[in-house]
Amino acid sequence: MSADVELDGVWVTFGDFVAVRDADITIRSGEFFSFLGPSGCGKTTLLRVISGFLEPSDGAVRIGGQDMAGIGPNKRPTALIFQNLALFPLMKVWENIAFGLEVRGVPKAERRRRAEELLDLIALTGQADKLVSELSGGQRQRVAIARALAVEPNVLLLDEPLSALDLKLRQHMRTELRAIQKRVGITFIYITHDQGEALTMSDRVAVMREGVIEQVTDPATIYNQPATAFVASFVGENNAFKGRISARSGNAVSVETGLGPMQARLTEGPAQALQVGDETLVFIRPESLKRLANETDPGVRIAARLVQEEFEGTIRHLVLHGQDGTHIKMSVMNDGNDPGLKLGDDVLIGCRAELAVALPPGGLAKEI
Amino acid sequence: MAAARKLPLSGFMQKNGPILGTGLLVAVGFWVAAMIVLPQFFMLDFSFRYNLPLPQQGGPNDVYTLENYRFFLFGSPTNPDPFNILDLAVFLRTILSAVLVTLFNLMLCYPIAFYLAQMARGGFARLLVLALIIPFWVNEILRAFAFRILFGATGMVNTFGLSLGLWDQPIDFVRADIALYAGLGYAYVLLMIFPLYNAIESLDRNQLEAARDLGAPWWRIHWRVVIPHAKPGIASGCTMVFMLAAGALAAPQILGGPSSLWFTQIIYQWFNDGGNWPRGAAYAIVLMTACIGFVLTVMRIFRVNIGAIGR
Repeated sequence: MSADVELDGVWVTFGDFVAVRDADITIRSGEFFSFLGPSGCGKTTLLRVISGFLEPSDGAVRIGGQDMAGIGPNKRPTALIFQNLALFPLMKVWENIAFGLEVRGVPKAERRRRAEELLDLIALTGQADKLVSELSGGQRQRVAIARALAVEPNVLLLDEPLSALDLKLRQHMRTELRAIQKRVGITFIYITHDQGEALTMSDRVAVMREGVIEQVTDPATIYNQPATAFVASFVGENNAFKGRISARSGNAVSVETGLGPMQARLTEGPAQALQVGDETLVFIRPESLKRLANETDPGVRIAARLVQEEFEGTIRHLVLHGQDGTHIKMSVMNDGNDPGLKLGDDVLIGCRAELAVALPPGGLAKEI
Repeated sequence: MAAARKLPLSGFMQKNGPILGTGLLVAVGFWVAAMIVLPQFFMLDFSFRYNLPLPQQGGPNDVYTLENYRFFLFGSPTNPDPFNILDLAVFLRTILSAVLVTLFNLMLCYPIAFYLAQMARGGFARLLVLALIIPFWVNEILRAFAFRILFGATGMVNTFGLSLGLWDQPIDFVRADIALYAGLGYAYVLLMIFPLYNAIESLDRNQLEAARDLGAPWWRIHWRVVIPHAKPGIASGCTMVFMLAAGALAAPQILGGPSSLWFTQIIYQWFNDGGNWPRGAAYAIVLMTACIGFVLTVMRIFRVNIGAIGR
């Protein structure tokens, strides 16, 4: 059984502080849905609201169509996986997994059988009688998942459960989590500040900033068609060029920048309100920039000087300075050929107009 | 040098320097020998001797004997009963009452400790701790007398109960030993709360939420998560309260009913009124051994490691 989770105008305030502002989302049954945002953006608060540990100050949470107001976390069809897992250290692995069944009065033999089934599911067959402290980090992770799945929740809530693992294990667990979700078919709601996790695992992602949900859509759209400057700058690397719109035709705009005129496009959302004469930020991803031959004019054309180069295996990270001193990041795939560039060389770089996104300024995630 | 390095002492001396190191060793050695080992040793030695007048002590009649222990079990030679029923009954009642006081204390302090450790926040928690500590600035004997007044025939408890119509005649709480249990229980509240607080405080709050999220009602969260985690603290608190309650003297003297006697009062009588130190020593050794044995047995049953209560 799986269920929709509806957030209907949810506000959470602590005194004067607004932790979540008017969250309005329907998370579809069977979906792998992520809330992505920096720490303090309200995503964990939202998770606590869905799990029932926190009542919203305003608005409603509905799971499977049923209003959850006044229903405690022990009565909701949700199960939560904590950031630090919160496994019970004094219980054996199987007792941990079967705790939810014990609570429901399932007889011991049946509990044991269910626990062993779940251990098979998470590939920990035969570890039932170990203590949690005898397991590795990745194994504990999976026990926590099994413990949550044992109560057959309609919705599984995960609060950055991979953050304590090392890089390799984290990447492995991403695939694992996605596979488990496909197998059990229930709704997963995943909280993370790691865009890599959100993009690789999710069907849809909600990007949050300071309590506000800025964009909700599939990972590719988040990355390629950001709705706000925050989304463009928080998800992935990006260059931002300040400018003023000089012409608009549909979603195509011309922007005057310190580096010369640029052709860009507008995405769905707040950018649609941009008019001729408005200030704007033009975002171009480092991997979109290419070296240009002298005569081509693809839409964005920048004369720059190479000042720094970092080699990272598959990719070379280049830093260039525009004529007005603007820092420009550019990445070049390492295809085995010598790029033929030296520090101090003047080059022409640019990209097609579709790869440059013009957005209203304000709300940058970091200095870029 | 290599051989010297193996001695644990040389490391200790290196860390603290020769003067401070020696000073610490002498202080700890003196404390262990003069305050712990020697008094107990003399008490043990006393308990195996006859109660001789001063001139005869060290003389030919001053030999070791089991007479004092025999007396505890079987009474004087003229005793018509097969056992020393009077003293044995007081002994058993003391142990049993100490157990009751301990359990009562545990039930009273566990919710308070849990509240302080997991739920209370900032200023209010500090205020609550202060409210728990301040009464103990008052002398133990004064506190016992205060309880006597509280539980007296015209005391606050009776006045309150009578005016509410809960009972229609003053209850003699002192004769019923209720005043004694309440006084003893109250005397050791802090010794119970602090070990419990320490143990519960170290419990990750997420574990409580995880159990709740998995559907557990509050009592099962306590039974399966909090209490197993707090077991060393519970053992530590119970041990202290039991030992001190069984060995209490002032509270039973002041709050005890006329018919009820605490075993420590018998010991006191042998030392003081009876002037029979060897017999008093034997009784004291019996009480101590029994208490230690009892505690060890209970800890064994509940599978608590003796090292755990030191934490």
